[in-house]
Amino acid sequence: MDFATVVFIQVMYAVATLALISVGLAIIFGMMRVINFAHGEFLMLGGYAVVLPVQAGVNLWVAMLIIAPITVGLFGVIIERLIIRPLYGRIVETVLATWGLSLLMIGLASAWIGFYQAGAAPPFGSVQIGSYREGLYTFFVIGVTALILAGVYGFLRHTRFGLIALGTMQNPAMAAALGVNVSRVYAVTFGLGAALSGLAGAILAPISGVLPVIGITYIAKAFITVISGGATVLAGTIAASALFGTVSQLVTYLSTVIIGEVALLAVAIVLLRLLPEGITGRFSRGGL
Amino acid sequence: MSHPIARRAFLNASLAGAAAAVVPRLSWAQASGKIRIGTILDLSGPLQPFGTQKKRCLDLAIDELNAKGGLLGQQLELISYDSQSNNQLFAQFATQLALKDKVSVVHAGLQSSSREVIRPIFRRANMLYFYNTPYEGGVCDRNTFNTGTTPGQLLANLLPHMIKNHGKNIYVLAADYNFGQLSEKWTRKLASDLGAKVIASEFFPLDVAQFGPTINKIQAAKPDFIVNTFVGPAHASFYGQWTAAGMKKQIPIASQTFGEAGEVVRMPPEVSDGIVVCYNYLDEIDSPANAAFLQRFQAKFGNDYGYIGDLAVAEYQGIMLWAEAVKKAGKLNREDVIKAMGSGLAISGPSGRVVVDPITHHCVFDMYLAVAGTDKRFKILQKFDQVKPTNPNNVCNLVKNPNTNQQFEPTKL
Amino acid sequence: MSRGRDAATLMAVGLIGLAVAFSLPHLVEVFVLVELTAYIVFAMLALSLALVWGYAGILCFGQSIFFGIGGYAYTLGVMNIGESTLPVALGIALPMLFAAVLGYFLFYGRVSDIYLGVITLCVSLIAYNLINSLSGTEYKIGSVPIGGHNGIPGVPVVNMPGDSSRTFGFEEVFTLSLILLVAVYIGLRALLASQFGKVVVAIRENELRAELLGYDARAYKLVVFVIGAAIAGLAGVLFVNWGSFIGPTVFSIFFSAQIIIWIMVGGLGTLAGAIAGAVFIQWLSTWLGTNKIIDPNIVLGVIFIVLVLLVPKGLQPMLVERFKRRRRSETRSDTRSETNSRLGVP
Repeated sequence: MDFATVVFIQVMYAVATLALISVGLAIIFGMMRVINFAHGEFLMLGGYAVVLPVQAGVNLWVAMLIIAPITVGLFGVIIERLIIRPLYGRIVETVLATWGLSLLMIGLASAWIGFYQAGAAPPFGSVQIGSYREGLYTFFVIGVTALILAGVYGFLRHTRFGLIALGTMQNPAMAAALGVNVSRVYAVTFGLGAALSGLAGAILAPISGVLPVIGITYIAKAFITVISGGATVLAGTIAASALFGTVSQLVTYLSTVIIGEVALLAVAIVLLRLLPEGITGRFSRGGL
Repeated sequence: MSHPIARRAFLNASLAGAAAAVVPRLSWAQASGKIRIGTILDLSGPLQPFGTQKKRCLDLAIDELNAKGGLLGQQLELISYDSQSNNQLFAQFATQLALKDKVSVVHAGLQSSSREVIRPIFRRANMLYFYNTPYEGGVCDRNTFNTGTTPGQLLANLLPHMIKNHGKNIYVLAADYNFGQLSEKWTRKLASDLGAKVIASEFFPLDVAQFGPTINKIQAAKPDFIVNTFVGPAHASFYGQWTAAGMKKQIPIASQTFGEAGEVVRMPPEVSDGIVVCYNYLDEIDSPANAAFLQRFQAKFGNDYGYIGDLAVAEYQGIMLWAEAVKKAGKLNREDVIKAMGSGLAISGPSGRVVVDPITHHCVFDMYLAVAGTDKRFKILQKFDQVKPTNPNNVCNLVKNPNTNQQFEPTKL
Repeated sequence: MSRGRDAATLMAVGLIGLAVAFSLPHLVEVFVLVELTAYIVFAMLALSLALVWGYAGILCFGQSIFFGIGGYAYTLGVMNIGESTLPVALGIALPMLFAAVLGYFLFYGRVSDIYLGVITLCVSLIAYNLINSLSGTEYKIGSVPIGGHNGIPGVPVVNMPGDSSRTFGFEEVFTLSLILLVAVYIGLRALLASQFGKVVVAIRENELRAELLGYDARAYKLVVFVIGAAIAGLAGVLFVNWGSFIGPTVFSIFFSAQIIIWIMVGGLGTLAGAIAGAVFIQWLSTWLGTNKIIDPNIVLGVIFIVLVLLVPKGLQPMLVERFKRRRRSETRSDTRSETNSRLGVP
């Protein structure tokens, strides 16, 4: 029974982690049809935006919840202006340009920071569950992810900017005709996606550490989750995270972490073959 | 449409030709009048923290020899390649050292997997090779000298301490390649010799950084202690996750690798304290020779060098052993240097006395059992004098059987 | 006339290639040959993706899967059998078989565009994860351990068919590789000039129109995919012969990215451009890596971004354009070619 509880918690954690690392990419892809292949490096940047200030004496929560999302969000706005904007509507070119950005960021991080793992212990301590112990930070990650998803939903559904953004994504020409500044909406949306990626990287940094190449472990999973989720930003991402997280974590308990990863990838392949436009592919673009 | 296609085809062909012609180094500088030492180390990529300190130790050793007039009246020069944490590049650069640079000796390699890539290349090329890294033991090859520790030196002194103080049930966590795999086998064998038992083992590829399910599995298995053979920065996340799960006070950890990349000075003590290790060299060794070595290292690389450790100092000692053999032989030639190495050669290094064992081409040296403390330093618990390398039943005897070329494993004994 | 000119050019390429393949080993040091062999191998791998992506428009993010399967098939075959003829055939046939299955799954499921990219990426990650975690000595094929992260060192080089004692030296591996590269290049040119090649390009340009004209796009794509896999597999076989080593990094995301970069640099829809792109990028990253001036990823990343933004067609087509324009301004006569290039006809 204790074991079942522990496994359940870890499955929830795996689902939450997948949703967390995917949500920024999902907003950018689902709403703008832009695939940001440097997404993993946005997460890495978010991680360093926690680790480096904390080493310099900044409070952990300030760094994680304020510095990291703002830094990566601003970075995203700049990247949108320089690299993404000239390529709107050309999905393959965007993938390739952001792939270049990813290599560039990995190179810069390797050259400046290097591969030294500081290895902090996540805050909060632990709790006893029968004969098992679980770190409280695990629960924190699950809770924060739920809050972030709810926040994104609320923002897009119930704020003026959110509704304008949704409308713009569904029909940019119409939005422009109605006086919406389309390129500003795109810039802000990309910045928002980047900020969420930064926050995700920051939240995971205390538990996974940060390395220049850590983006690679995130990007493939995030990319697969978002594409499998389909066009509907939040519902698709949550559904795909739930499916993949559950499968991979259960298989991990039965075998090894690598077989768990392989199971995730195999399920994704079968899913995309059966539903070539993802779980929510039939729904209209720009929905939630 | 014919003309453009034809012209383009011609241009295509000439482009390809031109590209082949700009391949660099079509001719290269020949004999510079210096003795050339080759090295291939991971100076970038995930294994960079290891490679950087190893390279510094090589540089320091060569500087010191040059300051004393070099060897045989010639200055020494290091030809260095960065393998970028990629075994494929080891194959490429080893071929380059053998065919192009024609160096006198190679001191190279970090991961055991990289050693097994380059060792056959140097053996075929009759190029003397030094592997200066603690490893899983058993390599028996007359062309290769292994100056790092082996399980008979490391695990054989680490395990009895852990078993005596904590109990007989061991859980092994290891990197998923030959170093981790064979170390696990040695742990099984040495444990059963001591009446203890490995109750479970898990292997992790080097990019794994999520240990939640593993920690639950360990909690379910309830071992008396853990022996880990983690390699690289991703694995280092384990320590933080273990602490966060509140396990640090519950199950003690002995490590074959902790501290080799300077973890002890970088990690917060609440994560690292209590981890037990056993090495040939630690920065904390309290001896005049080591104090002088640390001073020279600091003078060259500044105070901000982090932690040197056993893995890096092996390079320094490897170069010094080779230099001693060259002096003794009076020649650079491979055969004479191998004979000199096998003549009971010894040096006095930062870790104390290091003697070459002619039978196995490994080294006999002191070992130190230590525990990470709350002050970001190791505390030395015990010193074992002049420990011999792994070689059960003398399976490897390069004096009697100079043509042996294999790696002995505990299961094959 | 067009065909005649084309055939003459290809024959010239073939003859020059043969001359270089046989004479160069007498002219330069062994090590130069070893370096050149590496470039030849990468050039061949680039050709395979140039066909699949550049001409057929199939965005394959995992072309290295076939390269890796070819390399591993040869390695495990030759180490079990001891003679290299069958293993070389395996190194080409197994990637083709795998491509046939995967391609059937993809094309007949109407998976396309970015989704196809994601699936091929997934497959290469699965291959990497699986092979990388098989380092335990219990994982063997025949008598040969798969080696996992260790890879497999000391792989025997090919021998004269039927005579396993006559193994090739560095010089012969170079000669063999160059001949095969030239043969693949000429073969692909002939294929693309044929009726089949024209249909493939037509499908890339407008799949629906081609289908309405009665061509089964799925079958054409599948055949191209399988041919691409054969070439990539052959490149994998030569790669193992070059370094006597294979490891799981051939399946890694970095390796797949590299191939795409080569094609980007050389330009989509050209074969010689792909070769030039592969040679140039490999030369650049080796040079940067050896000289330690700057991290190779930084340079590659910048090249990648700049190419997509400023030279979206790739370097080779851009240079050809330039060259043509200059010729035109000199002669002012070749109006037909001008019209063609304006219309985007090659």
